[in-house]
Amino acid sequence: MLPHLDAAYRFARWLSRSSSDADDVAQEAILRAFRSFETLRGSDVKAWLLAIVRNCHATAFAQAQRRAFVPLPTEYETHDANAMTATTPDPESLAIRADDQRTLTRLMSALPEEQREALALKEFEDLSYRDIAAVTQVPIGTVMSRLARARAALKARWQEEFAGGARGLP
Amino acid sequence: MACPESPRVQAYFDGEIDPESAAEFERHVRNCAGCRAILEELGSLRTALRRDLAREQAPAALRARILQALDEERNAGVPQPAPQPAPQPAPPPARHAGPRPGRAWQMRPFWWGAISGIGAAAAAAVVAFFLVSARLNDPLLDELVAAQLQSLLPDHLIAVASTDRHTVKPWFAGRADVSPAVADFESQGYRLLGGRVDALAHQRAAVMVYQHGPHLINVFSWANDQVFLAKDMTRNGYHFAFWRAGNLGYCAVSDTGWEELLGLERLLRELSGREASPD
Repeated sequence: MLPHLDAAYRFARWLSRSSSDADDVAQEAILRAFRSFETLRGSDVKAWLLAIVRNCHATAFAQAQRRAFVPLPTEYETHDANAMTATTPDPESLAIRADDQRTLTRLMSALPEEQREALALKEFEDLSYRDIAAVTQVPIGTVMSRLARARAALKARWQEEFAGGARGLP
Repeated sequence: MACPESPRVQAYFDGEIDPESAAEFERHVRNCAGCRAILEELGSLRTALRRDLAREQAPAALRARILQALDEERNAGVPQPAPQPAPQPAPPPARHAGPRPGRAWQMRPFWWGAISGIGAAAAAAVVAFFLVSARLNDPLLDELVAAQLQSLLPDHLIAVASTDRHTVKPWFAGRADVSPAVADFESQGYRLLGGRVDALAHQRAAVMVYQHGPHLINVFSWANDQVFLAKDMTRNGYHFAFWRAGNLGYCAVSDTGWEELLGLERLLRELSGREASPD
């Protein structure tokens, strides 16, 4: 019922790489969007909300850094990858799919944040270059080069992962 | 050696180059194994990412928590804090604890509160939020707006100039993915100027261009597999009239008045009807 909650949550999750942080960030972003909805003028709601998600994440991240007690999420919790399972009716491919999924999640989580967010906005939220540029506050050319680097890195790591490219991407 | 065109592959793949350059690039790709390989890699990466990772949804508990927080915020009746311009650094987020367990049973659905009339302004904002987001996020609308604006750039409007349907209709064959109903309606005030092909809804849509008085009308047509077409609407100063005929979706776009636009829609609908069931 809440529009774009899933998108907000997904993006928060790729930013924070932790499901509990993503919960807080998504909630804060939705509330903030709700409060300032009147300030939205003629632009895309989804991109606008995702920009707020990004701000909330940055704020939460800065706070976490100040409180040195909170460990930074350095490694993506692999057991969480199961939470990202997309439903599939085919049991035969399930095991391979789950494997691929975990691998892809891990490889993508290892990308530098600037590349990760650009790729997530493009591939998962299907934003245009212009919207990605607006959300991440960089020029379009920068968006393009980040996307290119993210994709090249993912491809290269995927091939390393499977013994010198014995397996292509699924 | 890298092909000089290879930097364009990604922009083409992401649908970020204009239809003309896209067509040109597609011709290039047919003869360039290098670019084709890059394109295939981009495609398989996208398939893998979207298939396996894109459909993650927010947990139900989070959804409930947010609805409750919105509900509480509204019920508290406190004046709303001054809105923060969204993309600027914002104050630290309040930490929201999860729902208090003892209270869960009396958690009121958000909508009850919204509909009850208390905080009507807030409810209106929510409704607007849904409406606006539902409308703005039909990618087809964005594509149509972009195609409409692009058609008005120099040399983009018409690829085949003819008032003769026997010229325009065959021209679409092999160039567009659909074969729409075409006719000149000069006697009714709509003169056929010609046609062109635009990329729309992941296909090569046939576009007919009509002139009505001083106004131009673009009529887009594409193979439509959606049950619901967008509602007629106005964006960027243009009216968009949608209809379906057979398995084609049509959208007439112009800065004329609605009457004039719907007049052309009626003529084209009748024409499709006649073509579908010749006596």
